[in-house]
Amino acid sequence: MIMAHLPVLEVMIPLLAAPLCALLQRPLLAWGLAVASALFALGGSLVLLAQVLSAGVISYHLGDWAPPWGIEFRLDAANSFVLVIVSLIGAVCTIYGRESIAKEIAHEDQPLFYTMLLLCFAGMLGVVSTGDAFNLFVFLEICSLSAYVLVAMGAARDRRALTAAFTYLLLGTIGATFYLIGLGFIYALTGTLNMADMAVRIAGIADSSTLQVGFAFIIIGFGLKLAIFPLHQWLPNAYTYAPSMASAFLAGTATKVAVYASLRFLYTIFIPGFHFEAQTLQYLFLPLGLAAIFIASIVAIYQTNMKRLLAYSSIAQVGYLLVGVSFANITGLMATILHLFNHAIMKSGLFLAVGCVIYRTGSCSITAFRGLGHTMPWTMAAFVIGALSMIGVPATVGFISKWYLVLAALERGWWPVAFAIVAGSLLALLYFGRVIEAAYFQPTPEGSAVIEAPFGMLAPLWVLTISCLALGIDSELTVSVARAAAEALFLDPHAGLPERAGP
Amino acid sequence: MMPGMTPEFVLGLVLLLPGFGAILIGGADRSPNLRDAISLLIATALCGAVVWLLMDHLAGGMAQLQMMEIVQGLPILFVVEPLGLIFATLASALWIVITAYSIGYMRSNNEPHQTRFYICFAVAMTSTMGIAFAGNMITLFLFYEMLTLSTYPLVVHYETDAARRAGRVYLGVLLSSSILFLLPAIIWTWSITGTLDFTKGGILSGKIEGPQAAILFALYLFGTGKAALMPFHRWLPAAMVAPTPVSAFLHAVAVVKAGVFTVLKVGVYIFGVGFLATMNVSEWMAWAAAFSLIVASIIALRKDDLKSRLAYSTIAQLAYVTLGVSLATVMGMVGGVMQLVAHALGKITLFMCAGAIYLASGKKNISEMRGLGRVMPFTFGAFLLAALSIVGIPPSGGAWSKWFLMMGAADSGQHIMIGVWIVSSLLSIAYLIPIVARGFFLPLQDQKDRPQSQGREISVISLANMREAPLWCVVPACITAILSVLIYFAGPAIAGFVLTTLGP
Repeated sequence: MIMAHLPVLEVMIPLLAAPLCALLQRPLLAWGLAVASALFALGGSLVLLAQVLSAGVISYHLGDWAPPWGIEFRLDAANSFVLVIVSLIGAVCTIYGRESIAKEIAHEDQPLFYTMLLLCFAGMLGVVSTGDAFNLFVFLEICSLSAYVLVAMGAARDRRALTAAFTYLLLGTIGATFYLIGLGFIYALTGTLNMADMAVRIAGIADSSTLQVGFAFIIIGFGLKLAIFPLHQWLPNAYTYAPSMASAFLAGTATKVAVYASLRFLYTIFIPGFHFEAQTLQYLFLPLGLAAIFIASIVAIYQTNMKRLLAYSSIAQVGYLLVGVSFANITGLMATILHLFNHAIMKSGLFLAVGCVIYRTGSCSITAFRGLGHTMPWTMAAFVIGALSMIGVPATVGFISKWYLVLAALERGWWPVAFAIVAGSLLALLYFGRVIEAAYFQPTPEGSAVIEAPFGMLAPLWVLTISCLALGIDSELTVSVARAAAEALFLDPHAGLPERAGP
Repeated sequence: MMPGMTPEFVLGLVLLLPGFGAILIGGADRSPNLRDAISLLIATALCGAVVWLLMDHLAGGMAQLQMMEIVQGLPILFVVEPLGLIFATLASALWIVITAYSIGYMRSNNEPHQTRFYICFAVAMTSTMGIAFAGNMITLFLFYEMLTLSTYPLVVHYETDAARRAGRVYLGVLLSSSILFLLPAIIWTWSITGTLDFTKGGILSGKIEGPQAAILFALYLFGTGKAALMPFHRWLPAAMVAPTPVSAFLHAVAVVKAGVFTVLKVGVYIFGVGFLATMNVSEWMAWAAAFSLIVASIIALRKDDLKSRLAYSTIAQLAYVTLGVSLATVMGMVGGVMQLVAHALGKITLFMCAGAIYLASGKKNISEMRGLGRVMPFTFGAFLLAALSIVGIPPSGGAWSKWFLMMGAADSGQHIMIGVWIVSSLLSIAYLIPIVARGFFLPLQDQKDRPQSQGREISVISLANMREAPLWCVVPACITAILSVLIYFAGPAIAGFVLTTLGP
């Protein structure tokens, strides 16, 4: 019974737990409920992924209304893998949150924080699971609106969180509206909102200019959500001023979900075979991706606030994802999906490590890191491993991502792009090198009484750090799942499509 | 041989021992005596295990160890083969010597952070063993990067501004060259051949040709920043801010030799001598190496700081190996391996002597070292022997490497390269021998009175006048100095051993 309804329970449990959190007055109880529902989601997503890999696509009909009329939750290897990413990061960050949130947010607001967190979490899971394009919009707004609040709750530490959240709200809403407009064009043409159905109907009308306009609106809408350079303006401030744990959570999931949604549109609903899409990938995604890698990385080098540094680094990493997408070959797509996962665990890990530093020193400026290699050895060791992974040193997941991205570039015959990918990772060396040098080879400031972060924060941090190493040394698991995901998106979008009557 | 010890087990032991040692050393932080004893013990055990593998291989054993796949189809693979055995034996034997030397040096100099020093040393050793026994290019690359990272804390050891700056150059050059050039070269090779295993005769033959092959070869050679081919050499002089044992072992043996070892492996097992010879691609790399060789020698001539001079000399000597490989002849490869061995023994001695001189007299600049030979006869004697080996005067190890390399040049028809080696030998005489000559034949710098004018014979070396560095520092230097001569007699045996990898 539970198994049959798992696809929808996956989303519903966190969604229902959210208002309960608001009713619970005690932060600890709210935290417990949030952790429980996040762990449930994690367990559920792992079960679903295993099911999809062994038995193929799962199609769940909400209220037993058959698609394309009813809403369908449709899980293939691609989105069940993204479900695992989101719920893993969600669970780890929530567990981490107890001590961090207790320090950063007022006592009476903490249950509300967990409410917003769970809403955001449920929204993301919904975006990923659904096979209905309008339902996707609904979940996208659930997740975005709560994300704005999460950012704004950083105001307890720094009032600038409010303006950051407002900018995020404005740009995020514009993005959602663009998506909705684009969807409207396509609905007008095809008369369906079910993605699989849409894909079949679009195939015959690729020349329609209405369709192309719809495509453009949708891509720009998602572009805002996933912070494609130069639509990234909301991101640095949002990540900088949000509570540490919310930054870690959003950095590991928010852009990932948007990337997934665009992949769904680019590869399943539309296909790269369409002339206008091939053009978009090659002449828009590729240059913008490369620009993001270099410009955002160079900006990151000049940051002194660690969270802002990591935020710019995230924009650069989105660049890698775009470049991977633009190859329009199976290796490139696989590298992108692999990097979605790898980047999520390393970037969230880095944000969590910075969160530990904020917890102990109250600051995340680079000067606060001096001597931390000696006073907070476990936190800094995790930070160093995360940083090495961002640089792409072998035996970390970052290396695996780079490997497949470069391989995809070579397969496509795009030489300069292959070099740009590795050159970009050297910029990461520049911006992380400064921090590591300060932490290990500069003396601790006089009179500092910093001690190691509490176990409750270190344990989740190290879960991510160890996965970062383990999956970097033996990438068999992630690579094979990513390959299956890429194939699900690329090769056979209509596999297992339900039989249906004529139009 | 002990019963029950399989070659696979010993190979695993070789790879794990130094890492295990690092943990023990970390645990013994509070007791310096215990910590230093553990370091010596682990070094000895490692050398024993490597020699066991050598014996096993000579008896026909084929040890191999395969682990998890780092990316699909590419496992972490360790294979025992002649080139790796030579490198591993050399490095592990010298690790014992340098550990003894470090104990003397670090204690008499009262250095800070000694535990971190020994831990990083041991991790660097694990990486070196990993490089030596790597069975495919990706395993080698993994340990290659690990070696860079584990030696960075040693370069920044003193935590001064100068040390941090040097550390930036060190990490910057080594990581950028490897990620920017070596990694794409590896992925490129993988994408066209579908394998990265070190295979007798190479894997690229017939898969790539013309200018593309030339570019790939250049990517490999320049990407191996540890081989310090100009213009990617700046990290080596920068690394000289580290304590002398680090310069002596890591930046004359482990790290730089890992670089040229990689170049040799690429030449022998990825491209293959036959394939290299059929394309003209390596010809202009030979010119790049020759350029590096001559220019570095000239710069060495102009350095007054002894360690800097030795560093530039190392850059020149490393280019010997790159040039040997670029000649694309069997003799060139053999000469490369001989050079790897002979130069390691010679250069580690020179650095240990430099450290001993600094400990005993506090002097770093060559211009201040005149007359010191009389008060430090053993140190300067060892320096002389090692210098002769670097120059290549028989009977010393360096003679064989020059011999084979020149034969390689003759075989390849690039006779001008013979001239390059002759010039460089002359240059190395000019930058090394005067140090010894001035040490023995000139009066001490701080002796105001000119001894000759007073008609007294004070140049006699007597025990009473001796002011040598501590025994722990002098004895290791003498041992390696003698070894660098003795290796001359092992030359043909080593050459024969190397030839087994190059034969049909």
